[in-house]
Amino acid sequence: MPKDGGIGASTKRREDVRFLTGNGHYTDDINLRGQAYVHFLRSDVAHGRLNKVDTSAAEAMPGVLRVFTGADFAEIGGLPCGWLVTDRFGQPMQEPKHPVLAHGKVRHVGDPIAAIVAETREQARDAAEAIVLDIEELPAVVDMKAALAEGATKVHDDLTSNLCYDWGFVEENKGAVDEAFQKAAHVTTLELVNNRLIANPMEPRVAVGDYNRSTGDHTLYTTSQNPHVIRLLMGAFVLGIPEHKLRVVAPDVGGGFGSKIYHYAEEAFCTFAAKALNRPVKWTSSRSEAFMSDAHGRDHVTKIELALDAENNFTAIRTETHANMGAYLSTFAPSIPTWLHGTLMAGNYKTPLIYVNVKAVFTNTVPVDAYRGAGRPEATFQIERVIDKAARELGVDPIALRRQNFITEFPYATPVAVEYDTGDYHATMDKLEEIADLKGFAARRKESEAKGRLRGLGVNCYIEACGIAPSNLVGQLGARAGLYESATVRVNATGGITVMTGSHSHGQGHETSFAQVISEMIGIDADQVEIVHGDTANSPMGMGTYGSRSLAVGGSAMVRATEKIINKARKIAAHLMEAAEGDIELKDGRFSVAGTDKSVAWGDVTLAAYVPHNYPLADLEPGLEETAFYDPSNFTYPSGAYACEVEVDPETGRVTIERFSAADDFGNIVNPMIVTGQVHGGIAQGVGQALLEGCAYDENGQLLTGSFMDYAMPRADDLPFLAVDHSCQTPCTHNPLGVKGCGEAGAIGSPPAVVNAVVDALRSAGRDITHIDMPLTPARVWAAMQG
Amino acid sequence: MYAFEIDRPNTLADAVKALGAEEAQALGGGQTLIPALKQRLASPARLVALSGVAEIKGICTGDDGALCIGGGTTHADVAAGAGAYPALAALAANIGDPAVRNRGTIGGSLANNDPSACYPAAVLGSGATVVTTNRQIAADDFFEGMFTTTLEDGEIITEVRFPVPEAASYQKFEQPASRFALVGVFVARFADGVRVAVTGASEEGVFRWSEAEAALSKDFAPAALEGLSLSGDGMISDLHGSGDYRAHLVAVMTRRAVAAAG
Amino acid sequence: MPEVSMTVNGKPAKGQIEGRTLLVDFLRDTLGLTGTHVGCDTSQCGACVVHVDGRAVKACTMFAAEAEGAEIRTIEGMAEPDGTLHPIQAAFREHHGLQCGFCTPGMVMSAAALLAENPTPTEAEVRDYLEGNICRCTGYHNIVKAILAASGQDVSRIAAE
Repeated sequence: MPKDGGIGASTKRREDVRFLTGNGHYTDDINLRGQAYVHFLRSDVAHGRLNKVDTSAAEAMPGVLRVFTGADFAEIGGLPCGWLVTDRFGQPMQEPKHPVLAHGKVRHVGDPIAAIVAETREQARDAAEAIVLDIEELPAVVDMKAALAEGATKVHDDLTSNLCYDWGFVEENKGAVDEAFQKAAHVTTLELVNNRLIANPMEPRVAVGDYNRSTGDHTLYTTSQNPHVIRLLMGAFVLGIPEHKLRVVAPDVGGGFGSKIYHYAEEAFCTFAAKALNRPVKWTSSRSEAFMSDAHGRDHVTKIELALDAENNFTAIRTETHANMGAYLSTFAPSIPTWLHGTLMAGNYKTPLIYVNVKAVFTNTVPVDAYRGAGRPEATFQIERVIDKAARELGVDPIALRRQNFITEFPYATPVAVEYDTGDYHATMDKLEEIADLKGFAARRKESEAKGRLRGLGVNCYIEACGIAPSNLVGQLGARAGLYESATVRVNATGGITVMTGSHSHGQGHETSFAQVISEMIGIDADQVEIVHGDTANSPMGMGTYGSRSLAVGGSAMVRATEKIINKARKIAAHLMEAAEGDIELKDGRFSVAGTDKSVAWGDVTLAAYVPHNYPLADLEPGLEETAFYDPSNFTYPSGAYACEVEVDPETGRVTIERFSAADDFGNIVNPMIVTGQVHGGIAQGVGQALLEGCAYDENGQLLTGSFMDYAMPRADDLPFLAVDHSCQTPCTHNPLGVKGCGEAGAIGSPPAVVNAVVDALRSAGRDITHIDMPLTPARVWAAMQG
Repeated sequence: MYAFEIDRPNTLADAVKALGAEEAQALGGGQTLIPALKQRLASPARLVALSGVAEIKGICTGDDGALCIGGGTTHADVAAGAGAYPALAALAANIGDPAVRNRGTIGGSLANNDPSACYPAAVLGSGATVVTTNRQIAADDFFEGMFTTTLEDGEIITEVRFPVPEAASYQKFEQPASRFALVGVFVARFADGVRVAVTGASEEGVFRWSEAEAALSKDFAPAALEGLSLSGDGMISDLHGSGDYRAHLVAVMTRRAVAAAG
Repeated sequence: MPEVSMTVNGKPAKGQIEGRTLLVDFLRDTLGLTGTHVGCDTSQCGACVVHVDGRAVKACTMFAAEAEGAEIRTIEGMAEPDGTLHPIQAAFREHHGLQCGFCTPGMVMSAAALLAENPTPTEAEVRDYLEGNICRCTGYHNIVKAILAASGQDVSRIAAE
């Protein structure tokens, strides 16, 4: 029987009513009295020396309040990077300044040069056209390997080269790994590209800065996944505003997928300009602007080698990856190709020796940072593609080869520094074989062939590390922030509860699922619980939502705070019933004395806490409000097995997804409906990466995919219904809910299944194709078929 | 967008008069022009919206049997009302998306002559006549390369007259992002021969594939196209496909159009 | 500045506009109807879809001046005055057809236009009709399911929640 409330119930979302009726409250819906508008004049060249920015004519244009340039920000901090990576030789990464407005040089198409604040948007834009620029164009650095060549043009003149870092992991294992390759019975090598992507949440970014001259308080309304992080980074490192004078509000946010984690120049600008002009200042990104100013994702070029012994056991993995950082280091950029990628290179397999080398490179392109999955899709894609290739070379079944090498005993310490707590990879593969009806594939292939189509089947596994992250561990790895989460549980006098969480929902449904947890713990109706987030003025310092961490870390903080509440309420109840605290039981919202018929309702206890007439004031403070900060002791490790069936039109190269099945293990599940929706969305983004999406630059650093006209977003007719199962559950052992993150799994697990399937389809027609780089557009598939 | 005035005349005569003003430009459904204005790629002083001009909307059959479509008729209305010419109705039903089809017009599409638009293939493939406020223009004389036509300033497309073929089909292979035609081929069989018009492929815009026309006029069957191919030279080559790929697709889509036309 | 007047969600509405004022800006900025969203500038994402004289239109690709005298319906006009959700809205909630909610108003308006034209569409017809509505969150699975359910069709066999 499905539950109708509490943990495990597919409770309908309370957020939905406001979104469905047009009553959502997004940042662009905020308009403040007297607000002015900013337009950013952005570079249309990828690389150039900014000799002169003449704003005099623009300043005189109608409605213009002021024109700002890089010179206005030269003395203040740049946008900070939140992660320091140490290279193979023990040296810190090269870390260039990232100015709010370009100063001295422009380094990518879209780099902001000037900011024009005017009474209207169009006046600001008119004035931008009156700014006279003298830019001496420099050769653009676009290709990563060329960027590292001797004598290459430097993106940053004050750095020694375009190399951000050369990272080896685990460096001490390198010799042993090389030796294992010398002894290998078989080595499979694959060179591949993990294509650059653009997150494209449907809501473009918006920032509204406000300044209260009476109190000296700053407020920033922004489309952020983590308002406290923005407050800390912008306040402390960019503008020098103490946190107690700065409030950051992220109201309803229309999707993020990573791109709204980072602190962006436009946020700092609007906050700064609001004080400088004593007017609220608003910026709304156009989609075209988003393409050249939101951080991009992925963009790795990798060579992976897999060594096997004579019995087809994996003995070693060795990789070399070039990772594009873009022109500047975005907030978490250095950590993505290293700690979120290298540590996942064991996958689901007991490969004893692994060495990962990553060279992070500066280029004249938009900065690259985390995008849904962040590092883990790159790792999974390499592992699962090279295994498929190895199986083909060895003439063995790809599923059998995977099963043979599965990790089966937990906890399992990988050779790349993480310890998987739980998992059952055979169980998810068994489940996949069932829901994907793999036995029926041969018959379906025949049907496709009868229609003149090639049909292929691709299968892969994934494991990922999320629920980010143990602060002491990430601190050792270079994080400049803690990654705990916080919650304040405020019980009101009449029993209702307000939870202020540091997690942020931008589509994940926390207002519903977090309330389900409290409802289960206390035994009151979820409608009695309100989840509040997204405003630094009312939540404790929290780290926000990314890395599939909200329930595992933020939910755990809420559980800890609620446990404190229950403990205190139990004491109050004991006092009210004149019983021993140890005899008090809480069930269905009532406290009772064990073995008696004495009980008091939740509301009686909460009222007593705030109207403490009959209350143990000598032992206990009145009130019922608790805060907890939860720092996880490990990541969570969701895993699963995915299968994709495609048809390829051999005449045009067009690929269609015919079936897609996902068997995931997320441990315990609070709201199955929401979890399934997360997997659906992740799969769509993974299919998008595999078939449709590819951000492209030309050799001059011009963005070729600057709008939805050229950057192909998955549409409804690009996907079939998806078969998603999460009945395999090995609960996480180290968080109180036993949950694992589910937000990124779909995007991590799906690209290799799609590519494996296309390769399988083409090979079924006798084409000797081992790999095609994503996105597998019709043109690329057709070109591959031409040999 | 730059600032401009907007006129909304109710008669063709008023529209023509309004277009006589300095830097005036006609606005059809706006589905291409408005995005261009947002990018500040055009700066008309005055836009003359044709959406209020009832006399250039609608579909009828002419005395010669031609299907006559008013220049201001939306794609949705053509899709619903051009039943006498099913291949044309099907083409209209697959332009853009439903909301775009509810605004975009045949006259606007033809005047813009986007090299990847669908309607130019239908007009050229059918040997249609473009009727304007000044004259009648044969399809073969109308298109002059990407985004260029023989229309003069202030000239409004009032009607397009399509001779209805015995059999026809339009096959579009979509560019994955924009969903415009990467290659679209319109094949129409008339009593006196076959016309084949190709959109999306050439750097010169829509064109007729004369070798295919000759072969199909002899034998209207996919097999008749065997051995015929186009060169990738002069074909559009971009992120979404090389010239060679487009040339290849022209042959594939032509075959499929012939098969579908039956 | 010229004035435009139209009927929005059954009520008369008017305001000053420029020639370049888009319908979506008029709705959002002049009338305060912020349920209609802007997600792109190339007329593709469909977050701004409203009904103009009963037809789905991208409000970001139509000038307010052209809506003179028109009947406009926006997402704010879909539920009953007492708050009862329109059957399409209710189906989106029932089947989790939305996550961040940003594309949702356009999706609902497109779905309503589809069901007005085609009361019992097939799955393929629903997917085809949504060509001009991009969602980044849901993978469309639950949107398509919700629309089929709103059309009165049995969706119990479509893979689970």
